[in-house]
Amino acid sequence: MTARAAHVALASHEHESEHQDQATRTLLEIRGLEKRFDLSGDFLEQLKFRRGRLVREQSHVHAINGVDLDIHRGEALCVVGESGCGKSTVARTVMGLLRPSAGEIHYDGERIDHLESKALLPFRKRMQMIFQNPYASLNPRMTIQQTLEEPIRLHQPGWSREQVREKVAEVMTSVGIAPDWGVRYGHEFSGGQRQRIAIARALAVDPEFIVADEPISALDVSIQAQVLNLLMEAQRERHLTYLFITHDLAVVEHFGTRVAVMYLGRVCEVAPTRTLFAQPRHPYTQALMSAIPKLEDDRPQHIRLQGEVPTPVNLPSGCVFHARCPHVSERCRREIPRLIATRDGGQVACHAVEEGRIS
Amino acid sequence: MALLEVNHLDVRFALRQGDIKALRDVCFSLDRGERLGIVGESGAGKSVAAFSLLNLIAKPGYIAGGSINFDGQELTSMSDRQLRRVRGHRISMIFQDPMMTLNPVLSIGEQMIECLKAHRRISTREARSISLRKLEQVQIPSPEKRLSQYPHELSGGMRQRIIIAIALLLDPDIIIADEPTTALDVTIQAEIMALLLELCEKHNVALILITHDLGVVSQVTQRMLVMYAGRVIEQGPTREIINDPQHPYTQGLMNALPQMATPGQRLNQIRGSMPSLNNLPSGCTFHPRCDFTTRPDGSERTSCHEEVPGFVRSGNCQVACHMVAEMQDANRIPVEEVTP
Repeated sequence: MTARAAHVALASHEHESEHQDQATRTLLEIRGLEKRFDLSGDFLEQLKFRRGRLVREQSHVHAINGVDLDIHRGEALCVVGESGCGKSTVARTVMGLLRPSAGEIHYDGERIDHLESKALLPFRKRMQMIFQNPYASLNPRMTIQQTLEEPIRLHQPGWSREQVREKVAEVMTSVGIAPDWGVRYGHEFSGGQRQRIAIARALAVDPEFIVADEPISALDVSIQAQVLNLLMEAQRERHLTYLFITHDLAVVEHFGTRVAVMYLGRVCEVAPTRTLFAQPRHPYTQALMSAIPKLEDDRPQHIRLQGEVPTPVNLPSGCVFHARCPHVSERCRREIPRLIATRDGGQVACHAVEEGRIS
Repeated sequence: MALLEVNHLDVRFALRQGDIKALRDVCFSLDRGERLGIVGESGAGKSVAAFSLLNLIAKPGYIAGGSINFDGQELTSMSDRQLRRVRGHRISMIFQDPMMTLNPVLSIGEQMIECLKAHRRISTREARSISLRKLEQVQIPSPEKRLSQYPHELSGGMRQRIIIAIALLLDPDIIIADEPTTALDVTIQAEIMALLLELCEKHNVALILITHDLGVVSQVTQRMLVMYAGRVIEQGPTREIINDPQHPYTQGLMNALPQMATPGQRLNQIRGSMPSLNNLPSGCTFHPRCDFTTRPDGSERTSCHEEVPGFVRSGNCQVACHMVAEMQDANRIPVEEVTP
């Protein structure tokens, strides 16, 4: 065996053990995920006259374009990005609310993205979702007691009425809502209280994984702190894993174990929270971070990006960010950058970083 | 004399169950070219304050008392006809959602020209050239083309730029911006805020910025008001309030921000939530949520429960809080009851 081959063998062995370690740690694995939404309507609406000929035209919104993500057990992975970057679509696809157009999702080692709803049921018990708007996510015609009992009845059909009631009282107490308020309806509560109830509903079936899609952005600042504290408490006490979707970077810095930054349906950077905030590598992450209004300085000193986010209907070629990037090169316009591991434990998808043009 | 002076403004909504007091005893002033921020959570009355300046509150709302003096004219007693000469002309507004503000069936050009012609006797051609100039000022690429486009053809950031251009059309003295960037993304928000700031400075336009975002207020405004349950509870220079808030509510609001806590640790939350306006607590409206109603020696400060606090001066700020008043008293700082 030549020296070089030995080196490669050693490297691959190391890689393998690391891989095994990852497998036990990884709760959710997303591979090459894509989601397109058809815009063109039914067959007749797709027919168009072009130069005297009848042609069929279809157009799609490319909401997610090849996302790879791992979520480790016990962590809070925050996905940030601006509206339209596909972060909510990722959340919904993971939960099985949307079927991916391509790619795979593995939960605890099992592939779940192609399962029928019946086969998905045991997984649904283990993963729960909290939605953005607590005014829309609670059924106005059900009391809080009924709202909270419903998921338990579905997932624990063997439980006695007494057991169900006990569980409801337990989750209500843990989110700070007095159990005797169960007779009330959703509209009798304030926004913050409703979001607590939505959290209680997610916790009612003792999940291990919670997807939270902008759970605090509809709430006021003083209430945001209450709900965020509650989510962190629940994580500690119940050993939860979070996929946390948000656009608020201050919340991410406080809450996240790792952060994934998305732009136009792609992940451009993944890194441990502290690393990302100390040294954002991707030009988009840098611009995003500099745009947060800070309390300290009087004058905004942000990186000005040219133009606006392109439409996800006609994706740009190469790197999706190239039209607005200050470090653009010919290669960026042509070739889609892949996520490449950095020394500080993160991954960046940027040709300029890879080539060492920017640090 | 200040450009705008609001004194003891009371706004109520007449409902069957009785009047709801949406604004009580709101006082502030604004100088020419000054930028003032109004901060508070939803339901604090910040939008009502802005709307009532131009008497834009719809029935059953009405101005129950107080005065609004703009450049020597009393706005509260003006007829609709007289008000129309001020609205959009000398005081213009920017609203939160640019899609709701623009008329979807008129092109951008038509809307701008319509606005100009409503206030000035000018030809369409002149109006068009003014519109074009304003679009250039808000740095819209290819302004000529935009005039013939419809709102739905433009992105959110672009629409808000158009709104700013329309607000500036008649060279107003004051722009009231009600959460102008809340519907936008952070990078776009930063652009729009920077633009608004630049234009206000360049044309010496005063700005009243209503927002819930303390970061935005901190970067854009020179003075700020903090509102809670229909009242101003603290006002003064923005830097002073941000660096050293006096009122327990302002302190709580600042401390609740994630950037104020160590990552991963509990955030300092304010307990409870804002009272509803038809069931306000007695005394200081904040007292049920306040951690300072008991004195350091353990005795209860009854005034918090019973009396509405007046303003006391603290540095260059004015604070409506019994605790602050008492502490100043104890430190033998002469307590100065002030009406801002």
